Amino acid sequence: MSLPATSITPAEQAVAVPPSGAGAAAILAAGIGAFFLAVFAIAGDKLPALQNFFTFSKPTGPLSGVTTCAVVAWLVAWAVFHGLWRRRDVAIRPVAIGAVALLILSLLLTFPPITDLF
Amino acid sequence: MAALLAQTDNQPGTRDERFLRVYLTAMAVLAWAAVLTGTYVIYPWYRATPPPGTTKLGAFPQRLLLASPTTSARHSIGMEWKEHVAWLAPLSITMSTVVFFQYGRNLRRDAPLRSTVLCFTLVSFLAAGIAGFFGAMPVEHAPVEGGPTLHMVYGE
Repeated sequence: MSLPATSITPAEQAVAVPPSGAGAAAILAAGIGAFFLAVFAIAGDKLPALQNFFTFSKPTGPLSGVTTCAVVAWLVAWAVFHGLWRRRDVAIRPVAIGAVALLILSLLLTFPPITDLF
Repeated sequence: MAALLAQTDNQPGTRDERFLRVYLTAMAVLAWAAVLTGTYVIYPWYRATPPPGTTKLGAFPQRLLLASPTTSARHSIGMEWKEHVAWLAPLSITMSTVVFFQYGRNLRRDAPLRSTVLCFTLVSFLAAGIAGFFGAMPVEHAPVEGGPTLHMVYGE
């Protein structure tokens, strides 16, 4: 039985799948970005010098710099890992565990009772 | 999304995949719009500093909450968590969207990558939920409607 012209065979799909490196770079960078958000938030809260540095927008206060720097860290990490891994197959499991651990850590570190421990 | 990416023999249709792409893109755009307007439009109103000698703090929510020990925790826990955790939502959902655009239905073949994308998507919903709850209930609604005591649930 012949397949319809628009169907993609499993073999063709296998060829079309991009290497896992691109996905690994994206998830690890997201974990790193989330973690930096928490670290910058704590640093901006506890260190007066950084509080001034993070005040990119006066009406918003240090939150403007904390979030902007975290987004920049996320995008830089993504660009670096994407450049390194985009054509490679990377073992996803350890990268995934690291990314999820960083994400959970960032959720915990942004929770004020935990933030206040520092 | 989980159903579409589930490792079953049922092949998801192209329409389902297209729907998920549109859905995730819309979620990512809305998440960025929410945190940017929240941070740069709404939040400055919340943290506005009253002129010296101001006694009526109704127009200065942060100062109003901090003025009383019965409401200060709404700022020190609710708002301080909300203002940061909300940013995890656009970051996570953007990553999920890009990965889904890159791999599409092939994500079904890579269990760790699929699970991680789903995990980040769930965390983005959780972060949005935390931010929405703490923003709308204890911080913004309560000072206006609830007085000094926060009523989470009313009995009959």
